Amino acid sequence: MTFINYASREINCKIVYYGPGLGGKTTNLQYIYDSTAAQAKGKLISLATETDRTLFFDFLPLDLGTVRGFKTRFHLYTVPGQVFYDASRKLILKGVDGMVFVADSQRERMDANVESLFNLELNLTQHGYDLMKVPYVLQLNKRDLPNTVSVSELTAELRRKGEPVFEGVANRGVGVFDTLKAVAKQVLLELRKDSSG
Amino acid sequence: MATPVVLYETEYEQLKRAITRLCADANAKFVFLVDRSGQQIASHGEMLNLDTTSLASLTAGNVAATDGLAHLIGERGFPVLSHEGERDNIHISIIAARVILVVIFDVRSSLGLVRLRVKRATAEMTAIFDSIDSKVERERDSGISLESPFAEITEEDIDALFN
Repeated sequence: MTFINYASREINCKIVYYGPGLGGKTTNLQYIYDSTAAQAKGKLISLATETDRTLFFDFLPLDLGTVRGFKTRFHLYTVPGQVFYDASRKLILKGVDGMVFVADSQRERMDANVESLFNLELNLTQHGYDLMKVPYVLQLNKRDLPNTVSVSELTAELRRKGEPVFEGVANRGVGVFDTLKAVAKQVLLELRKDSSG
Repeated sequence: MATPVVLYETEYEQLKRAITRLCADANAKFVFLVDRSGQQIASHGEMLNLDTTSLASLTAGNVAATDGLAHLIGERGFPVLSHEGERDNIHISIIAARVILVVIFDVRSSLGLVRLRVKRATAEMTAIFDSIDSKVERERDSGISLESPFAEITEEDIDALFN
């Protein structure tokens, strides 16, 4: 939920990266962190297991600059993708302003993508959100691997509402910032729409 | 999309005064207000180099996870959490059902004193948040709204953020 502080003239928005386990959510945030200037980012917090699987969430605060005199910050979160962490995923979704679904393009992960997307819609509904109305972007990650489903097939299977779709190779940064910019833009435009009544 | 959470200048200053007073009365090192989705609201104290952005996010996650545990065992929630360290301790409590109050203290204070002062400060801050809600509702009912920073934002403004 967007937070507007008129005293300190700050706007904070929350974006959550969702998707199946090992799909590239944390890698997206890691790349953004590594590529962002020091003054524009905070610490990357990763609550993970000993084997670097996200246990609770990753968190990265980004300072995007000033809009109409207001400092604009985006708080990026990832959820744990493994199926049995559903209780934690539900908690991280609270107050979300925009979503990124990071799909794993590998053929053997197709079922996991579909299951995770269904899980996203269910968890959003339980928080009173409708995926059809939330700012949302789809990233098809791991496009560099040899055993991938075609972009057209993935899009047909996973695209929900005509949302922007980006091809990604997150560990090399391909599509990472395009994805982030697209969802951030949607969030801000949605806020403009809401403020005009 | 949910209605944004708004903090007005008057109420922000009132909250700042309340937590400054709490920090002194409780002999605390640092007092911090966070909203439940991890956004910083206000802070005061001697821990000047503290990463308050991370503190806000981790505190909100902590409270959310603890709430989840509470619901599992049939409790409505655990409104007070306390963590004891070797040197510093953290007292976490919920205010007005939507804001988290964090008090960091050391040997110069005590859990009992912090709890006592927090109780008094909670009543004061609840009134301030109720006042914010009333203000938002009044403005909504009368059709008047504080000028939103998004009202005149253009696509060029947004594109400029990423250049």
